[in-house]
Amino acid sequence: MSQLQQERSRSAGQATRAPATPAPGRRRAEAKRAAGRGFRKGTTWLLALVWLVVVAAPIYYMIVASIEPTSVYLSANPWFPTKGITGANYGAVFSSGIVSYFFNSVIVAGSTTILAVAVSLLAAYAIVVHGSRWTGIVFRCFMVGFAVPIQALMIPLYLAILRIGLYDSLLGLILPMAAFSLPITILVLVNFLRDVPRSLIDAMRVDGAGPLRVLLRLVLPLSWPAIATVGVFDLVTSWNNFVFPLILTQSPSQATLPLSVFNFEGNHLQNVPEIMAAVALSAVPLFVLYLVARRRLMAGLAAGLGA
Amino acid sequence: MAQTAGRRPRWIRGWWPAWFLLPPVALFAGFVVLPIVLAVLLSFCSWNGSSAIQFNGLANWQQFIHDSSALAALERTGVLVVASWLVQEPIALALGIFAAGRQRHRAVLTAIYFLPMLISAASLGILWNLLLSPVNGGVMYASTHFGLFFLDHQWLSDPDLVMGTVIVLVAWEFIPFHSLLFEAGTRQIPRSIYEAAAIDGIGPYRRFFRITLPMLRHTIVTSSTLNLVGSLTVFDLIYTLTSGGPGQSTRVLALAQYLEGFESLDFGYASALAVVLGVLAVIVSMLLIGVTGFGKMRSQSEGA
Repeated sequence: MSQLQQERSRSAGQATRAPATPAPGRRRAEAKRAAGRGFRKGTTWLLALVWLVVVAAPIYYMIVASIEPTSVYLSANPWFPTKGITGANYGAVFSSGIVSYFFNSVIVAGSTTILAVAVSLLAAYAIVVHGSRWTGIVFRCFMVGFAVPIQALMIPLYLAILRIGLYDSLLGLILPMAAFSLPITILVLVNFLRDVPRSLIDAMRVDGAGPLRVLLRLVLPLSWPAIATVGVFDLVTSWNNFVFPLILTQSPSQATLPLSVFNFEGNHLQNVPEIMAAVALSAVPLFVLYLVARRRLMAGLAAGLGA
Repeated sequence: MAQTAGRRPRWIRGWWPAWFLLPPVALFAGFVVLPIVLAVLLSFCSWNGSSAIQFNGLANWQQFIHDSSALAALERTGVLVVASWLVQEPIALALGIFAAGRQRHRAVLTAIYFLPMLISAASLGILWNLLLSPVNGGVMYASTHFGLFFLDHQWLSDPDLVMGTVIVLVAWEFIPFHSLLFEAGTRQIPRSIYEAAAIDGIGPYRRFFRITLPMLRHTIVTSSTLNLVGSLTVFDLIYTLTSGGPGQSTRVLALAQYLEGFESLDFGYASALAVVLGVLAVIVSMLLIGVTGFGKMRSQSEGA
C-alpha cells in the first residue's frame, strides 16, 4: 500500500512538471530512467531493512532474554521464549533496590539540568545583552570547554571532589556534571538570545526595568523553547553519565542507574536474564520520554551535537 | 552598533554582568578549569590515592616514553579513531539522507534507528557482552542454529578480533547520533536547488555529488570533529564490554589512564597519560575547527 501511495505521489509530482516533456523520442529514455529509479529504490529499502535488523535485533534480544526463566536460559533458544516466560527477573531487579538508584538518577539528572540551565541562562543573557569585549572573552573561555574531554579529567576531579569533602555524595556528582554541561548549554542559549529583538528590551528599559527584571519578565518567558531543547540534552547526558558515579562514589546508596546496572552485572555474573532485565529497566525512562516527546528529544540531541 | 551604543541605557554599559556571570564562571572554574590545571600538575607528581602528593619531576613522562604498553595503547587508540571515522561517516551520511525523506514509513524506521542513542553506553557494553558471550549468547546461538556461520567467532576473547568488535560496536553506538546530524543538515538544503537540477535533467549520482555532498560540508566537518574526539575518548562502552581485555587487546588510552590510576593506584603516571589524551583531543578539535572556523560553524546554523 505504501508502495502504491509512493507511486501515486511520484506520478503526481511528474504531472505538475509535465508541460516540458512530451517529445515522443524521449519516451524510451524515460522508461530506462524509471527502471533505474526502481532499482535504486529497491537497494535503498534493502539497506534500510538491513540496518533496521542491525539496530533492533540487540534491543529485541534484551527484552526477550529478560523474560526467559533463568533456569532454562542456557539450554533454551535465547531469541524466542519457547519454554515459557516469566516476570521473576524483573522482580529480582526490583528487590535489588533499583528503585532507590532510579531516584538517585532522578535527583542527579534533574538537579544537574536545572543548575546548568539556570546559570547558563544568566551567562548567556549577560553575554548577549551586554555584548562588550570582556563578556565576549568570557564566552570564548566557556567555548574552550568543548575541546576538553571528561575522560581526561577523571583523576583531578576525583582529587578535587575528595578534598572538598563531596566524595561519595550526590552533590559531588551534580556539580561537575553541571559544569561540563555549561559550554553546550551556554552556546545554545546565546545563539537563541541573539534573535530576541533589541527593541523589546529597550521598551522595558524605558519603563525603568533593571537587568534582572528584564531577564525574568521578558527573556525567560521568550526562551522556553531553547531552554527545553538544551535542557533535554543535559538531562539525557547526565542521566546516562557513567564515568562520574564510577569515580566519585563508592557506596551503593549513592549509585545512579548506569553504575548500578554495572554493579548488578558484577554480582549476578551467571544470571543473564536478570542482568538483561536490569539493563532494560535502566533504559525504560528515556524510552518513555522518547515516546511522549520524540520531536523535542531529537531537537535537543541535534542541538547538543552542534547542529 | 556604534550609533546604538550611545543610546544604550546606563545599565547596559555597567558592570552588572559580573554578578550574572559569577555563578557559571565559578562552577566552570572549579570543576573544569581547576581540574585541567591539576591534571598537568599531577603528571609531575606521584600519588597513590592515600599518601601525600609528592613532586617527582619528569619521572612519569620518562616512564611514559619507555612504556611499551602505553605506546601500544596509543597505537590502538589511533586505529580506533581512524577506523571509527571510516566506518561511521559513510553509513551515518547514508542513513541521515534516508531519514530526511518525509514519507511516513521512513519516519517509523527512523524512530527505531535512533533508539541506541537513548541507552547509556555502560548498559550497551553489558548488553553486547552478554549477546557475544560464547556460552549461549545470542550471536553464538544464531551462528549455530540460524545458519549464520560467519558469526561463529570468539568476538570478545580472540585478541586478534576483539578490536574489530570494539570498532563495530562503537559504530553501532554512535552512528545514530551522526545520522541525526546529517538528517538535520539534509533537511536544511533548499528544495529549489533539487527542483532546478531536475529541470536541467541532472541524474541522481551527480545530484548527490554536486548538490547534497557540498551542501552538507559543514555538517560533515561538525560530525567528523565529534566523531574523532568521541572515539578518541571512548571509555564507558569498552570498560563495561571488556575492561581492556583480553590481556591488553582493547586497552585504549582512555582505559589505560583509568586503569593505571583507579586500579593500579599510580595516579601520577595515570595523569601523564590523561594529559596526553586531553592534548590529543584539543589538537584534533582545534585542527578541525581551524579548518572551518568555529564562527562559520555557528553562523551557518543560525542563518539556516
